[in-house]
Amino acid sequence: MCGIAGIIYKDGEHPIGSEMTRMLQSMKHRGPDSTGYALYGQPSNLVIMRYKLADANTPRDFEYEDRLRRHRAEVERRLAALGAHVKELEEETEYAFRVTLEYSGDLKRLADFVEDVPDVEVLSLGHSLEIIKDLGDAETVAGGYHLSDFNGTHAIGHVRMATESDVDISGAHPYWAYPFSDVAVVHNGQLTNYFQWKRRLERSGHRFQSECDSEIIAVYLAEKMSEGSTLEEAMRQSLDDLDGVFTYICVTKDALGVAKDEMAAKPLVLYEADDLVAIASEEIAIRAILDHEIETYDPYEGEVLVWQR
Amino acid sequence: MAAVGESAINYDARGLAEPDAAVPKVSEIDGTSAEFDAHDLSTRQINLELRWLINEQGITDVTVRNPGAKHSLGVGILTRCKITFDGSLGYFGCGIIDGPEVHIKGRVGWSSCENMMSGVVVIDSNAGSLTGAAFRGGDLVVKGRVGARTGIDQKGGTIIVMGSAGSMNGFMMQRGRQIICGDVGHGLGDSRYDGTIYVGGKVRSLGIDCVPGEWTDADTEFIERKFRIYDLGAPPALQKFVCGKKLYNYDNLEPSERKLVL
Repeated sequence: MCGIAGIIYKDGEHPIGSEMTRMLQSMKHRGPDSTGYALYGQPSNLVIMRYKLADANTPRDFEYEDRLRRHRAEVERRLAALGAHVKELEEETEYAFRVTLEYSGDLKRLADFVEDVPDVEVLSLGHSLEIIKDLGDAETVAGGYHLSDFNGTHAIGHVRMATESDVDISGAHPYWAYPFSDVAVVHNGQLTNYFQWKRRLERSGHRFQSECDSEIIAVYLAEKMSEGSTLEEAMRQSLDDLDGVFTYICVTKDALGVAKDEMAAKPLVLYEADDLVAIASEEIAIRAILDHEIETYDPYEGEVLVWQR
Repeated sequence: MAAVGESAINYDARGLAEPDAAVPKVSEIDGTSAEFDAHDLSTRQINLELRWLINEQGITDVTVRNPGAKHSLGVGILTRCKITFDGSLGYFGCGIIDGPEVHIKGRVGWSSCENMMSGVVVIDSNAGSLTGAAFRGGDLVVKGRVGARTGIDQKGGTIIVMGSAGSMNGFMMQRGRQIICGDVGHGLGDSRYDGTIYVGGKVRSLGIDCVPGEWTDADTEFIERKFRIYDLGAPPALQKFVCGKKLYNYDNLEPSERKLVL
Protein backbone atom coordinates (compact mmCIF):
# COMPACT_ATOMS: atom_id res chain seq x y z
CA MET A 1 0.00 0.00 0.00
CA CYS A 2 2.56 2.62 1.19
CA GLY A 3 1.87 6.22 2.14
CA ILE A 4 3.45 9.40 0.80
CA ALA A 5 3.48 12.96 2.05
CA GLY A 6 4.89 16.32 1.07
CA ILE A 7 5.03 19.78 2.54
CA ILE A 8 6.39 23.04 1.15
CA TYR A 9 6.46 26.45 2.83
CA LYS A 10 6.52 29.69 0.89
CA ASP A 11 7.48 31.88 3.84
CA GLY A 12 10.84 30.56 4.98
CA GLU A 13 12.00 27.82 7.27
CA HIS A 14 9.85 25.71 9.55
CA PRO A 15 10.42 22.61 11.71
CA ILE A 16 9.87 20.26 8.78
CA GLY A 17 11.62 17.34 10.48
CA SER A 18 9.11 17.09 13.30
CA GLU A 19 6.18 17.99 11.04
CA MET A 20 6.99 15.29 8.52
CA THR A 21 7.39 12.82 11.38
CA ARG A 22 3.88 13.57 12.60
CA MET A 23 2.51 13.22 9.07
CA LEU A 24 4.21 9.89 8.47
CA GLN A 25 3.47 8.47 11.91
CA SER A 26 -0.24 9.09 11.37
CA MET A 27 -0.02 6.90 8.23
CA LYS A 28 1.93 4.09 9.87
CA HIS A 29 -0.92 1.72 9.03
CA ARG A 30 -0.11 2.22 5.31
CA GLY A 31 3.41 0.88 5.71
CA PRO A 32 5.22 -0.16 8.88
CA ASP A 33 8.33 -1.65 7.24
CA SER A 34 10.45 1.42 6.70
CA THR A 35 10.20 5.20 6.79
CA GLY A 36 12.09 7.78 4.79
CA TYR A 37 12.50 11.53 4.55
CA ALA A 38 13.89 13.96 1.98
CA LEU A 39 14.40 17.22 3.85
CA TYR A 40 15.55 20.51 2.40
CA GLY A 41 17.44 22.79 4.76
CA GLN A 42 19.06 26.14 4.14
CA PRO A 43 20.86 26.00 0.74
CA SER A 44 24.61 26.03 1.18
CA ASN A 45 27.74 26.35 -0.93
CA LEU A 46 28.92 23.20 0.81
CA VAL A 47 27.97 19.73 -0.40
CA ILE A 48 25.96 17.57 2.01
CA MET A 49 26.28 13.82 1.56
CA ARG A 50 24.31 11.18 3.43
CA TYR A 51 25.68 7.65 3.09
CA LYS A 52 25.54 4.31 4.77
CA LEU A 53 28.17 1.62 5.27
CA ALA A 54 25.75 -1.25 5.92
CA ASP A 55 22.06 -1.98 6.07
CA ALA A 56 19.98 -2.08 9.21
CA ASN A 57 19.59 -5.82 8.88
CA THR A 58 23.11 -6.65 7.65
CA PRO A 59 24.22 -9.73 9.65
CA ARG A 60 26.29 -8.69 12.67
CA ASP A 61 29.03 -11.27 12.20
CA PHE A 62 32.43 -11.25 13.96
CA GLU A 63 33.87 -9.05 11.21
CA TYR A 64 31.03 -6.52 11.18
CA GLU A 65 32.51 -3.77 13.35
CA ASP A 66 35.95 -4.11 11.86
CA ARG A 67 34.46 -3.94 8.36
CA LEU A 68 32.59 -0.75 9.23
CA ARG A 69 35.79 0.84 10.53
CA ARG A 70 37.76 -0.09 7.42
CA HIS A 71 35.07 1.05 5.01
CA ARG A 72 34.55 4.31 6.86
CA ALA A 73 38.28 5.05 6.71
CA GLU A 74 38.32 4.19 3.02
CA VAL A 75 35.42 6.58 2.29
CA GLU A 76 37.26 9.38 4.08
CA ARG A 77 40.47 8.55 2.21
CA ARG A 78 38.66 8.68 -1.13
CA LEU A 79 36.99 12.00 -0.30
CA ALA A 80 40.39 13.44 0.44
CA ALA A 81 41.83 11.95 -2.73
CA LEU A 82 39.19 13.80 -4.77
CA GLY A 83 39.97 17.06 -3.05
CA ALA A 84 36.80 17.10 -0.99
CA HIS A 85 37.55 18.83 2.29
CA VAL A 86 35.44 17.42 5.13
CA LYS A 87 34.03 20.28 7.19
CA GLU A 88 31.87 18.13 9.43
CA LEU A 89 31.25 14.41 9.83
CA GLU A 90 28.32 13.19 11.93
CA GLU A 91 27.77 9.57 12.88
CA GLU A 92 23.97 9.25 12.88
CA THR A 93 23.95 5.53 13.60
CA GLU A 94 26.70 2.94 13.57
CA TYR A 95 26.23 2.57 9.81
CA ALA A 96 24.76 5.91 8.62
CA PHE A 97 26.70 9.15 8.27
CA ARG A 98 26.20 12.79 7.31
CA VAL A 99 29.18 14.61 5.92
CA THR A 100 29.53 18.26 4.91
CA LEU A 101 32.13 18.91 2.25
CA GLU A 102 33.90 21.71 0.51
CA TYR A 103 33.92 20.32 -3.00
CA SER A 104 33.60 21.90 -6.41
CA GLY A 105 34.22 18.87 -8.60
CA ASP A 106 31.88 16.50 -10.43
CA LEU A 107 29.23 15.06 -8.09
CA LYS A 108 28.80 11.90 -10.17
CA ARG A 109 32.50 11.14 -9.86
CA LEU A 110 32.30 11.76 -6.13
CA ALA A 111 29.29 9.45 -5.71
CA ASP A 112 30.78 6.74 -7.90
CA PHE A 113 34.14 6.82 -6.15
CA VAL A 114 32.56 6.62 -2.69
CA GLU A 115 30.11 3.89 -3.69
CA ASP A 116 32.97 1.86 -5.09
CA VAL A 117 33.82 1.06 -1.47
CA PRO A 118 32.13 -2.30 -0.67
CA ASP A 119 28.66 -2.05 0.94
CA VAL A 120 28.61 1.76 0.72
CA GLU A 121 25.53 3.52 -0.64
CA VAL A 122 25.19 7.27 -1.09
CA LEU A 123 21.65 8.12 0.00
CA SER A 124 21.70 11.75 -1.07
CA LEU A 125 24.03 14.38 -2.38
CA GLY A 126 23.36 18.07 -2.83
CA HIS A 127 23.48 21.56 -1.43
CA SER A 128 20.26 21.39 0.59
CA LEU A 129 18.79 17.87 0.17
CA GLU A 130 19.22 15.31 2.92
CA ILE A 131 17.68 11.85 2.63
CA ILE A 132 17.22 9.87 5.81
CA LYS A 133 15.67 6.41 5.68
CA ASP A 134 15.72 3.34 7.82
CA LEU A 135 13.60 0.46 9.04
CA GLY A 136 10.70 1.06 11.40
CA ASP A 137 8.04 3.71 11.82
CA ALA A 138 8.51 7.47 11.65
CA GLU A 139 9.01 8.00 15.37
CA THR A 140 11.70 5.31 15.43
CA VAL A 141 13.59 6.77 12.46
CA ALA A 142 13.17 10.39 13.56
CA GLY A 143 14.41 9.52 17.02
CA GLY A 144 17.42 7.62 15.73
CA TYR A 145 18.44 10.40 13.35
CA HIS A 146 17.48 13.37 15.58
CA LEU A 147 15.09 14.87 13.02
CA SER A 148 13.05 16.89 15.49
CA ASP A 149 15.63 19.69 15.22
CA PHE A 150 15.63 19.82 11.41
CA ASN A 151 14.37 23.13 10.02
CA GLY A 152 13.83 23.76 6.34
CA THR A 153 11.48 24.87 3.59
CA HIS A 154 10.16 21.64 2.08
CA ALA A 155 10.14 17.91 2.56
CA ILE A 156 8.71 14.66 1.34
CA GLY A 157 8.29 11.38 3.18
CA HIS A 158 7.26 7.80 2.72
CA VAL A 159 6.05 4.90 4.83
CA ARG A 160 6.66 1.60 3.09
CA MET A 161 4.77 -1.63 3.00
CA ALA A 162 7.31 -3.82 1.19
CA THR A 163 5.76 -5.72 -1.70
CA GLU A 164 8.17 -6.19 -4.58
CA SER A 165 11.59 -5.91 -2.95
CA ASP A 166 13.26 -6.58 0.39
CA VAL A 167 12.70 -4.82 3.67
CA ASP A 168 15.97 -2.89 3.79
CA ILE A 169 17.22 0.67 3.50
CA SER A 170 17.97 0.27 -0.21
CA GLY A 171 14.31 -0.57 -0.82
CA ALA A 172 13.07 2.35 1.26
CA HIS A 173 11.98 5.69 -0.22
CA PRO A 174 12.70 8.52 -0.95
CA TYR A 175 15.07 7.98 -3.85
CA TRP A 176 17.76 10.41 -4.70
CA ALA A 177 18.05 10.98 -8.45
CA TYR A 178 21.64 9.77 -8.76
CA PRO A 179 23.81 11.54 -9.84
CA PHE A 180 21.81 14.77 -9.98
CA SER A 181 22.08 17.17 -7.09
CA ASP A 182 19.09 17.89 -4.83
CA VAL A 183 16.39 15.83 -6.63
CA ALA A 184 14.33 13.17 -4.82
CA VAL A 185 11.09 11.24 -5.30
CA VAL A 186 8.55 9.28 -3.27
CA HIS A 187 6.09 7.07 -5.09
CA ASN A 188 2.96 5.05 -4.37
CA GLY A 189 2.13 2.52 -7.08
CA GLN A 190 3.78 0.17 -9.56
CA LEU A 191 5.48 0.88 -12.88
CA THR A 192 4.83 -1.81 -15.45
CA ASN A 193 7.52 -0.64 -17.89
CA TYR A 194 10.19 -0.50 -15.20
CA PHE A 195 12.68 -2.75 -16.96
CA GLN A 196 12.41 -0.85 -20.26
CA TRP A 197 13.19 2.45 -18.56
CA LYS A 198 15.89 0.93 -16.41
CA ARG A 199 17.70 -0.37 -19.50
CA ARG A 200 17.26 2.93 -21.36
CA LEU A 201 18.62 4.96 -18.47
CA GLU A 202 21.46 2.52 -17.85
CA ARG A 203 22.44 2.89 -21.51
CA SER A 204 22.60 6.64 -20.84
CA GLY A 205 25.17 5.99 -18.14
CA HIS A 206 23.01 5.91 -15.03
CA ARG A 207 23.11 3.17 -12.44
CA PHE A 208 20.53 2.23 -9.87
CA GLN A 209 21.00 1.59 -6.20
CA SER A 210 17.93 -0.60 -5.74
CA GLU A 211 15.60 -3.05 -7.45
CA CYS A 212 12.69 -0.69 -6.79
CA ASP A 213 10.69 0.74 -9.71
CA SER A 214 10.31 4.07 -7.91
CA GLU A 215 13.99 4.89 -8.32
CA ILE A 216 13.38 5.06 -12.07
CA ILE A 217 11.09 8.05 -11.65
CA ALA A 218 13.71 10.10 -9.82
CA VAL A 219 16.44 9.48 -12.40
CA TYR A 220 14.00 9.86 -15.32
CA LEU A 221 12.87 13.30 -14.10
CA ALA A 222 16.36 14.50 -13.24
CA GLU A 223 17.64 13.51 -16.66
CA LYS A 224 14.80 15.41 -18.36
CA MET A 225 15.60 18.48 -16.26
CA SER A 226 19.30 18.19 -17.06
CA GLU A 227 18.29 18.31 -20.74
CA GLY A 228 16.48 21.60 -20.20
CA SER A 229 12.95 20.66 -19.15
CA THR A 230 11.35 22.34 -16.19
CA LEU A 231 10.16 20.10 -13.37
CA GLU A 232 6.56 20.52 -14.54
CA GLU A 233 7.43 19.68 -18.16
CA ALA A 234 9.36 16.59 -17.08
CA MET A 235 6.48 15.44 -14.90
CA ARG A 236 3.92 15.95 -17.67
CA GLN A 237 6.07 13.94 -20.06
CA SER A 238 6.28 11.17 -17.45
CA LEU A 239 2.52 10.64 -17.69
CA ASP A 240 3.05 9.42 -21.26
CA ASP A 241 6.34 7.62 -20.74
CA LEU A 242 5.66 5.72 -17.53
CA ASP A 243 3.13 2.88 -17.55
CA GLY A 244 1.33 1.59 -14.53
CA VAL A 245 -0.44 3.13 -11.60
CA PHE A 246 1.32 5.87 -9.73
CA THR A 247 1.03 8.92 -7.61
CA TYR A 248 4.43 10.41 -6.98
CA ILE A 249 5.95 13.53 -5.46
CA CYS A 250 9.18 15.00 -6.76
CA VAL A 251 11.23 17.66 -4.98
CA THR A 252 14.08 19.82 -6.16
CA LYS A 253 16.05 22.46 -4.30
CA ASP A 254 13.26 25.00 -4.71
CA ALA A 255 10.11 23.17 -5.83
CA LEU A 256 7.71 20.35 -5.03
CA GLY A 257 5.53 18.66 -7.64
CA VAL A 258 2.95 15.91 -7.71
CA ALA A 259 1.69 13.73 -10.58
CA LYS A 260 -1.13 11.21 -10.82
CA ASP A 261 -1.50 8.66 -13.59
CA GLU A 262 -4.55 8.39 -15.85
CA MET A 263 -6.21 5.76 -13.67
CA ALA A 264 -5.97 7.77 -10.44
CA ALA A 265 -5.73 4.48 -8.62
CA LYS A 266 -3.51 5.79 -5.85
CA PRO A 267 -4.82 8.39 -3.44
CA LEU A 268 -3.63 11.90 -2.73
CA VAL A 269 -5.24 14.68 -0.72
CA LEU A 270 -4.17 18.27 -1.21
CA TYR A 271 -4.32 21.27 1.10
CA GLU A 272 -3.17 24.62 -0.23
CA ALA A 273 -2.88 27.88 1.70
CA ASP A 274 -1.03 31.13 1.04
CA ASP A 275 2.04 30.08 3.00
CA LEU A 276 1.89 26.29 2.84
CA VAL A 277 1.04 23.34 0.61
CA ALA A 278 0.60 19.94 2.25
CA ILE A 279 -0.19 16.70 0.44
CA ALA A 280 -0.57 13.14 1.65
CA SER A 281 -2.15 9.81 0.86
CA GLU A 282 -4.68 10.49 3.61
CA GLU A 283 -6.07 13.70 5.06
CA ILE A 284 -5.33 12.42 8.54
CA ALA A 285 -1.64 13.05 7.81
CA ILE A 286 -2.28 16.70 6.97
CA ARG A 287 -4.41 17.04 10.07
CA ALA A 288 -1.46 15.80 12.09
CA ILE A 289 0.18 19.19 11.49
CA LEU A 290 -2.95 21.31 11.08
CA ASP A 291 -5.22 20.36 13.93
CA HIS A 292 -8.32 22.16 12.73
CA GLU A 293 -10.86 21.92 9.93
CA ILE A 294 -9.29 22.60 6.52
CA GLU A 295 -10.48 22.59 2.92
CA THR A 296 -8.90 19.75 0.98
CA TYR A 297 -9.50 17.90 -2.28
CA ASP A 298 -8.16 15.03 -4.37
CA PRO A 299 -6.28 16.06 -7.54
CA TYR A 300 -7.71 14.32 -10.58
CA GLU A 301 -6.22 11.67 -12.84
CA GLY A 302 -3.50 12.90 -15.16
CA GLU A 303 -2.93 16.04 -13.09
CA VAL A 304 0.50 17.57 -12.55
CA LEU A 305 0.86 20.32 -9.95
CA VAL A 306 4.07 22.13 -9.01
CA TRP A 307 4.74 24.69 -6.28
CA GLN A 308 7.83 26.83 -5.69
CA ARG A 309 9.10 27.53 -2.18
CA MET B 1 2.61 2.01 18.95
CA ALA B 2 -0.38 4.32 18.93
CA ALA B 3 -1.10 6.54 15.95
CA VAL B 4 -1.35 10.27 16.47
CA GLY B 5 -4.54 11.05 18.33
CA GLU B 6 -5.30 7.38 18.92
CA SER B 7 -5.35 5.54 22.21
CA ALA B 8 -2.80 2.79 22.84
CA ILE B 9 -3.53 -0.50 21.09
CA ASN B 10 -2.45 -3.86 22.46
CA TYR B 11 -1.68 -6.80 20.20
CA ASP B 12 -2.30 -10.46 20.96
CA ALA B 13 0.17 -13.30 20.33
CA ARG B 14 -0.88 -13.45 16.66
CA GLY B 15 -0.30 -9.73 16.17
CA LEU B 16 -4.00 -8.92 15.97
CA ALA B 17 -5.14 -5.67 17.50
CA GLU B 18 -7.02 -5.77 20.76
CA PRO B 19 -8.35 -2.22 20.97
CA ASP B 20 -10.14 -0.87 24.01
CA ALA B 21 -13.80 -1.91 23.60
CA ALA B 22 -15.18 0.24 26.42
CA VAL B 23 -17.75 2.86 25.51
CA PRO B 24 -16.25 6.21 26.50
CA LYS B 25 -19.63 7.68 27.60
CA VAL B 26 -18.41 11.25 27.18
CA SER B 27 -21.51 12.75 25.57
CA GLU B 28 -23.54 15.64 26.83
CA ILE B 29 -27.12 14.34 26.64
CA ASP B 30 -30.15 16.61 26.45
CA GLY B 31 -33.42 14.70 26.02
CA THR B 32 -33.15 12.83 22.74
CA SER B 33 -30.15 14.88 21.56
CA ALA B 34 -26.49 14.32 22.36
CA GLU B 35 -23.14 15.84 21.48
CA PHE B 36 -19.56 14.77 22.08
CA ASP B 37 -16.01 15.82 21.21
CA ALA B 38 -14.15 13.19 19.17
CA HIS B 39 -10.76 14.91 19.17
CA ASP B 40 -9.08 12.59 21.65
CA LEU B 41 -11.09 9.47 20.85
CA SER B 42 -10.06 6.63 18.57
CA THR B 43 -12.19 5.52 15.63
CA ARG B 44 -13.42 2.55 17.62
CA GLN B 45 -14.33 4.70 20.62
CA ILE B 46 -16.25 7.18 18.45
CA ASN B 47 -18.27 4.44 16.80
CA LEU B 48 -18.93 2.73 20.14
CA GLU B 49 -20.17 6.03 21.57
CA LEU B 50 -22.45 6.57 18.55
CA ARG B 51 -23.97 3.09 18.84
CA TRP B 52 -24.39 3.37 22.58
CA LEU B 53 -26.24 6.67 22.18
CA ILE B 54 -28.46 5.53 19.33
CA ASN B 55 -29.14 1.91 20.25
CA GLU B 56 -29.15 2.02 24.05
CA GLN B 57 -29.91 5.57 25.14
CA GLY B 58 -32.75 6.33 22.71
CA ILE B 59 -30.90 9.31 21.22
CA THR B 60 -32.19 10.38 17.81
CA ASP B 61 -29.97 13.39 17.13
CA VAL B 62 -26.20 13.21 17.66
CA THR B 63 -23.53 15.80 16.90
CA VAL B 64 -19.90 14.68 16.71
CA ARG B 65 -17.46 17.54 17.16
CA ASN B 66 -13.86 17.38 15.83
CA PRO B 67 -14.03 14.13 13.87
CA GLY B 68 -10.53 15.04 12.64
CA ALA B 69 -10.67 13.22 9.27
CA LYS B 70 -10.45 9.87 11.05
CA HIS B 71 -11.33 6.80 9.04
CA SER B 72 -14.41 4.57 9.24
CA LEU B 73 -16.61 6.87 11.31
CA GLY B 74 -20.38 6.40 11.42
CA VAL B 75 -20.34 2.98 9.78
CA GLY B 76 -23.00 0.32 10.25
CA ILE B 77 -25.72 2.59 11.67
CA LEU B 78 -28.89 0.63 10.92
CA THR B 79 -31.67 2.81 12.24
CA ARG B 80 -33.35 6.14 11.58
CA CYS B 81 -31.62 8.95 13.41
CA LYS B 82 -29.85 12.20 12.72
CA ILE B 83 -26.04 12.43 12.89
CA THR B 84 -24.03 15.60 12.32
CA PHE B 85 -20.26 15.43 11.92
CA ASP B 86 -18.96 18.91 12.65
CA GLY B 87 -15.89 18.51 10.44
CA SER B 88 -14.27 16.17 7.94
CA LEU B 89 -14.14 12.37 7.79
CA GLY B 90 -11.40 10.14 6.42
CA TYR B 91 -11.79 6.97 4.39
CA PHE B 92 -14.82 4.64 4.57
CA GLY B 93 -17.09 7.08 6.43
CA CYS B 94 -20.81 6.19 6.77
CA GLY B 95 -20.43 2.84 5.04
CA ILE B 96 -23.15 0.16 5.21
CA ILE B 97 -25.71 2.47 6.79
CA ASP B 98 -29.45 1.84 6.62
CA GLY B 99 -31.69 4.72 7.61
CA PRO B 100 -29.79 7.60 9.19
CA GLU B 101 -29.79 11.19 8.03
CA VAL B 102 -26.16 12.30 8.11
CA HIS B 103 -24.76 15.80 7.65
CA ILE B 104 -21.00 16.09 7.23
CA LYS B 105 -19.85 19.68 7.65
CA GLY B 106 -16.58 19.10 5.86
CA ARG B 107 -14.93 16.72 3.43
CA VAL B 108 -14.81 12.93 3.18
CA GLY B 109 -12.00 10.68 1.99
CA TRP B 110 -12.12 7.65 -0.27
CA SER B 111 -14.98 5.14 -0.22
CA SER B 112 -17.49 7.07 1.83
CA CYS B 113 -21.09 5.81 1.91
CA GLU B 114 -20.00 2.49 0.44
CA ASN B 115 -22.86 -0.01 0.33
CA MET B 116 -25.27 2.54 1.78
CA MET B 117 -28.73 0.97 1.86
CA SER B 118 -31.05 3.85 2.77
CA GLY B 119 -31.08 7.26 4.40
CA VAL B 120 -29.54 10.57 3.42
CA VAL B 121 -25.94 11.79 3.54
CA VAL B 122 -25.15 15.43 2.77
CA ILE B 123 -21.48 16.41 2.46
CA ASP B 124 -20.81 20.15 2.54
CA SER B 125 -17.41 19.99 0.83
CA ASN B 126 -15.49 17.55 -1.43
CA ALA B 127 -15.34 13.77 -1.50
CA GLY B 128 -12.55 11.41 -2.54
CA SER B 129 -12.60 8.58 -5.03
CA LEU B 130 -14.99 5.63 -4.86
CA THR B 131 -17.68 7.70 -3.18
CA GLY B 132 -20.91 5.71 -3.03
CA ALA B 133 -19.33 2.47 -4.24
CA ALA B 134 -21.94 -0.30 -4.43
CA PHE B 135 -24.51 2.30 -3.36
CA ARG B 136 -27.86 0.55 -2.86
CA GLY B 137 -30.38 3.16 -1.81
CA GLY B 138 -31.05 6.56 -0.30
CA ASP B 139 -29.68 9.93 -1.34
CA LEU B 140 -26.07 11.11 -1.26
CA VAL B 141 -25.43 14.81 -1.88
CA VAL B 142 -21.88 16.11 -2.33
CA LYS B 143 -21.82 19.89 -2.53
CA GLY B 144 -18.20 19.99 -3.73
CA ARG B 145 -16.31 17.79 -6.18
CA VAL B 146 -15.70 14.05 -6.13
CA GLY B 147 -12.77 11.87 -7.20
CA ALA B 148 -12.70 8.95 -9.62
CA ARG B 149 -15.05 5.97 -9.82
CA THR B 150 -17.98 7.59 -8.00
CA GLY B 151 -20.87 5.15 -7.76
CA ILE B 152 -18.86 2.22 -9.05
CA ASP B 153 -21.16 -0.82 -9.05
CA GLN B 154 -24.07 1.41 -7.97
CA LYS B 155 -27.19 -0.69 -7.43
CA GLY B 156 -29.78 1.97 -6.57
CA GLY B 157 -30.39 5.32 -4.92
CA THR B 158 -29.35 8.77 -6.07
CA ILE B 159 -25.92 10.40 -5.98
CA ILE B 160 -25.89 14.17 -6.55
CA VAL B 161 -22.58 15.99 -7.07
CA MET B 162 -22.69 19.76 -7.36
CA GLY B 163 -19.09 20.01 -8.62
CA SER B 164 -17.04 17.97 -11.05
CA ALA B 165 -16.09 14.29 -10.99
CA GLY B 166 -13.10 12.18 -11.99
CA SER B 167 -12.82 9.28 -14.39
CA MET B 168 -14.83 6.07 -14.62
CA ASN B 169 -17.89 7.40 -12.83
CA GLY B 170 -20.68 4.84 -12.74
CA PHE B 171 -18.34 2.02 -13.75
CA MET B 172 -20.41 -1.20 -13.87
CA MET B 173 -23.45 0.72 -12.60
CA GLN B 174 -26.50 -1.51 -12.29
CA ARG B 175 -29.35 0.72 -11.16
CA GLY B 176 -30.00 4.11 -9.61
CA ARG B 177 -29.20 7.65 -10.71
CA GLN B 178 -26.28 10.04 -10.66
CA ILE B 179 -26.53 13.79 -11.18
CA ILE B 180 -23.11 15.37 -11.78
CA CYS B 181 -23.47 19.12 -12.25
CA GLY B 182 -19.87 19.77 -13.34
CA ASP B 183 -17.45 18.09 -15.75
CA VAL B 184 -16.66 14.37 -15.71
CA GLY B 185 -13.48 12.53 -16.65
CA HIS B 186 -12.75 9.64 -18.97
CA GLY B 187 -14.87 6.51 -19.27
CA LEU B 188 -18.22 7.74 -17.94
CA GLY B 189 -20.51 4.80 -17.18
CA ASP B 190 -18.09 2.23 -18.54
CA SER B 191 -19.38 -1.36 -18.72
CA ARG B 192 -22.64 -0.42 -17.08
CA TYR B 193 -25.71 -2.63 -16.89
CA ASP B 194 -28.37 0.01 -16.35
CA GLY B 195 -29.15 3.17 -14.40
CA THR B 196 -29.13 6.81 -15.45
CA ILE B 197 -26.37 9.42 -15.28
CA TYR B 198 -27.04 13.13 -15.78
CA VAL B 199 -24.09 15.44 -16.47
CA GLY B 200 -24.12 19.25 -16.47
CA GLY B 201 -20.59 19.92 -17.72
CA LYS B 202 -18.21 18.45 -20.27
CA VAL B 203 -17.81 14.70 -20.66
CA ARG B 204 -14.17 13.84 -21.40
CA SER B 205 -15.19 10.49 -22.88
CA LEU B 206 -17.95 7.92 -22.62
CA GLY B 207 -17.16 4.42 -21.44
CA ILE B 208 -18.10 1.23 -23.23
CA ASP B 209 -21.87 0.86 -23.67
CA CYS B 210 -22.67 4.28 -22.20
CA VAL B 211 -24.84 6.23 -24.65
CA PRO B 212 -26.91 9.44 -24.67
CA GLY B 213 -30.49 8.87 -23.50
CA GLU B 214 -33.79 10.44 -24.48
CA TRP B 215 -34.95 13.16 -22.10
CA THR B 216 -38.47 12.80 -20.68
CA ASP B 217 -40.73 14.84 -18.41
CA ALA B 218 -40.03 12.27 -15.72
CA ASP B 219 -36.35 13.24 -15.81
CA THR B 220 -37.21 16.92 -15.31
CA GLU B 221 -39.63 16.14 -12.50
CA PHE B 222 -37.14 13.87 -10.74
CA ILE B 223 -34.23 16.31 -10.89
CA GLU B 224 -36.26 19.35 -9.86
CA ARG B 225 -37.73 17.39 -6.95
CA LYS B 226 -34.30 16.32 -5.68
CA PHE B 227 -32.87 19.83 -5.99
CA ARG B 228 -35.90 21.22 -4.15
CA ILE B 229 -35.61 18.67 -1.32
CA TYR B 230 -31.96 19.48 -0.67
CA ASP B 231 -32.25 23.21 -1.34
CA LEU B 232 -29.69 23.09 -4.13
CA GLY B 233 -31.11 25.94 -6.20
CA ALA B 234 -32.04 25.60 -9.86
CA PRO B 235 -30.54 22.56 -11.58
CA PRO B 236 -28.20 23.26 -14.50
CA ALA B 237 -28.91 22.08 -18.04
CA LEU B 238 -28.08 18.39 -18.01
CA GLN B 239 -27.30 15.68 -20.54
CA LYS B 240 -28.68 12.21 -19.92
CA PHE B 241 -26.68 9.00 -20.35
CA VAL B 242 -28.03 5.48 -20.18
CA CYS B 243 -26.86 1.97 -20.96
CA GLY B 244 -26.75 0.96 -24.62
CA LYS B 245 -27.42 -2.65 -23.57
CA LYS B 246 -25.10 -4.11 -26.18
CA LEU B 247 -22.34 -5.36 -23.93
CA TYR B 248 -24.11 -7.87 -21.71
CA ASN B 249 -26.99 -10.31 -22.07
CA TYR B 250 -30.31 -8.60 -21.36
CA ASP B 251 -32.88 -11.34 -21.96
CA ASN B 252 -34.17 -10.99 -18.37
CA LEU B 253 -34.05 -14.70 -17.81
CA GLU B 254 -32.77 -16.28 -14.64
CA PRO B 255 -29.94 -18.77 -15.26
CA SER B 256 -32.30 -21.67 -14.48
CA GLU B 257 -34.92 -20.31 -16.93
CA ARG B 258 -32.28 -19.82 -19.59
CA LYS B 259 -31.39 -23.49 -19.36
CA LEU B 260 -35.03 -24.41 -20.02
CA VAL B 261 -35.36 -22.03 -22.99
CA LEU B 262 -32.08 -23.01 -24.53
